[in-house]
Amino acid sequence: MHLLFIKQMNINLNQICKHFGKLQANDHISLLIPGGTIQGILGENGAGKSTLMKILSGFIQADEGEVILDGVQVRIHSPADAIQHGVGMLHQDPLDFPPMRVIDNFVLGQSGGLFPDWKSVVDEFKQLSEQFDFKLRHDAYVDMLTVGERQQLEILRLLWLGAQVIILDEPTTGISALQKQKLFETLKILAGRGKTVIFVSHKLEDVENLCDRVVVLRQGKLVGEQLKPFNTKNLVNMMFGKSIALEESKSHSTDRIAFELRDLSLEEERIQIQNIDLKIQAGEVIGLAGMEGSGQRPFMQACAGFLRPVHGRILVNGRDMTGMNYPAFKRQGVGYMPASRLEEGMIPGLTLSEHFILAGQQEGLFIDHDQWQEVTREKIRDYNIRGKPESPVESLSGGNQQRALLALLQQPLKLVLLEHPTRGLDIESVIYTWGKLKERCCDGAAIIYTSSDLEEILLYSDRILVFFSGKVSAPLSARGTSVAQLGNLIGGKDWARIKTGVGVTA
Amino acid sequence: MMKKRWLNLGFQLSALVLALGFTTLILLATKTDPWQAYKYIIIGSISSLRKFTDVLVSFVPLLLVSSGLLVTFSAGLWNIGVEGQITLGAIATTWVLRLLQDSSLAPGLIIALAMLAGMLGGALWASLAGALKTYGGVNEIFGGLGLNFVATALTLWLIFGPWKRPGIGSMSGTEPFPNTLWLPMISGFRLSLWGLGLGVFFIILIYFLMKGTYFGLRIKAVGKNLKAAYLLGVPTTRYLMLAFILGGALAGLTGAIQVTAVYHRLIPSISSGYGFLGLLVAMLVNFQAIWVAPIALFFAALNIGSIQLPIVLKLDSTLSGVLQGVLVLFVLLMDGVRQMITRRSGGAS
Repeated sequence: MHLLFIKQMNINLNQICKHFGKLQANDHISLLIPGGTIQGILGENGAGKSTLMKILSGFIQADEGEVILDGVQVRIHSPADAIQHGVGMLHQDPLDFPPMRVIDNFVLGQSGGLFPDWKSVVDEFKQLSEQFDFKLRHDAYVDMLTVGERQQLEILRLLWLGAQVIILDEPTTGISALQKQKLFETLKILAGRGKTVIFVSHKLEDVENLCDRVVVLRQGKLVGEQLKPFNTKNLVNMMFGKSIALEESKSHSTDRIAFELRDLSLEEERIQIQNIDLKIQAGEVIGLAGMEGSGQRPFMQACAGFLRPVHGRILVNGRDMTGMNYPAFKRQGVGYMPASRLEEGMIPGLTLSEHFILAGQQEGLFIDHDQWQEVTREKIRDYNIRGKPESPVESLSGGNQQRALLALLQQPLKLVLLEHPTRGLDIESVIYTWGKLKERCCDGAAIIYTSSDLEEILLYSDRILVFFSGKVSAPLSARGTSVAQLGNLIGGKDWARIKTGVGVTA
Repeated sequence: MMKKRWLNLGFQLSALVLALGFTTLILLATKTDPWQAYKYIIIGSISSLRKFTDVLVSFVPLLLVSSGLLVTFSAGLWNIGVEGQITLGAIATTWVLRLLQDSSLAPGLIIALAMLAGMLGGALWASLAGALKTYGGVNEIFGGLGLNFVATALTLWLIFGPWKRPGIGSMSGTEPFPNTLWLPMISGFRLSLWGLGLGVFFIILIYFLMKGTYFGLRIKAVGKNLKAAYLLGVPTTRYLMLAFILGGALAGLTGAIQVTAVYHRLIPSISSGYGFLGLLVAMLVNFQAIWVAPIALFFAALNIGSIQLPIVLKLDSTLSGVLQGVLVLFVLLMDGVRQMITRRSGGAS
């Protein structure tokens, strides 16, 4: 097959322009990518990275400019067109069909006969997986795969369709450190075999670890290019136009107990968590580390009153709340911010102002819109939200939705529960978000949050609980723990050496 | 923003044109002159004061039931059980009228009590579907559909059983109530100003309820994203139930009007399909209370206008139903087309 001999493809983007209304998303971008390399495209949210890649992969068309593949100018009208030219794109969320088998997904994108030739397809699948060292079973069901494996499946499918260039848009969002490592290995193998990999990300660290070369976009313009080895400070300067670093975090922990778990045991479909004892002080920040699905979610849900514990007691500010529901927890000052902003956190179709009305106190029967407009404007100023009181929430960008969710949490709170509070945000927004959260701590709130970013966990937490398939570590002090130690625990290593808050696990 | 509004109006108008075009094709296929048919519909609905008041007689129940459905629709509920709720409203009204017709109470008071009972009956029937949904996990479409059948069976049993006419039960319904227990009408016409007044009152009430109150906003929030509404602190179960109860009460009042102002007795098909027609109206207005009255009036005119079609053109009067149904389909279709077009031209990275 054509995959077996090495062919490299050079990509030349020449003066690409694209605007959406008044927004110039791509402003005369020119870029040369030699075959067989890993090219990083770096930039903060909204810099124009995704737009450029969607143009290259045929999802949208450029207003001006040329795409030249191996010296030939091409017009790419659709994703199918792109793959014909050897360009395949892996999306932020895998576009597969969960209730089907791996091999079904594999065949789906293929054009041609009514009846697939299963035997030869399976053979080719096995051959390809072997070649790139993937451990995918062709008869497994997709909904049983991890996000990382689904990415592998999608990469395999693109290769099988003849992709010479593979574009990955923020592929490390929402996957664990281990899965990321695996993905990077795969991408390096791909590049070694002559494929061109384009890696789009706003995470400096990922780009530095993986890429051979990197370009930086800012506000639609290409502002600079670097080859390995990279100068971090320089890259940050290019991304933001100024130098910033994650600032040192201060602890606001006090000695008053805000939240307490006594011998708590939880059960959810696949996960059992047993015998957790935990006392959290007012102002303290607890980070939950672990791969997704290791038990953090049921833990958080129990703390918010969504999930009833099978054993043990939950105390908020000294009051026994065991067995009560979320509204009761909320009345006691427990706030909960879900990870998926538009699915669980906000109501698409309603405006910012209407959200503050819903979250606020009812006064009388009729809504005093002027008064709430004023309240909303105040929150918008206070939380630096780019939007108007009458903006529908779905029109806000991800970072602004995040800030709006923070603003919607009631005041004051005893306990704030946050799922991935900074996922998908650029560094500036991360720093801003934590600044706001630390203000809550100053006011005496305790915080429990999950994150897959280990540096974030170590930097902003006072203590850390590590989750590994239902096992929960005793609280570790963030000061005395390193990224490497934490990484090992998350991956299931070194558990013998630490205490767990747990008896038996299933 | 202004441009967008005109664009939306353009799409809605084109839906109307397409619906008329489609209905015309059907008429041509049956070898009927479409102009004749449309002309008779218009003549049949507005050519005389009498005909126009007949349109209003049909408008009142449609307006009431659509107002209630606006609430359940806003809460994200497909209240298919609305037909049964109308029926139960009619049954409860009939029951109270029968109970009190020989009492010494003032007739006005009896009618008022009977209509209140009708609202209660509809609300009760709706809260059954609501309880099935919120506590039993039964989708309101299936629950409502089942309860519709039960309501029909209950009506037939009452008409042929305990409430049958002296002598023998008949499909023509229960024994008519005396004139004193009718909702007062304009003399010479079938229209009751009281009924019309109630319809207008409730659509205005619902308009302000949905637009300006905490209650309305919470109902909308529950309908658009139940989970997020719960997290923001809205007691979602309570608001779902309230939406059912309010929608059911208005459906029940529709049934009460059918008994006290139109048929003056309980008949087997007392709901007259107004529930399903109301669902079409509610779908068509797309959550905007301001449009309920004009659309309901238009539908009522179609209903009345097509009554004489069988006589003059040998055409079945269900032509109005064809036009109404096709209109809804095309409006939904054009809305999909509009969304597709605006999405393609917009959408930044």
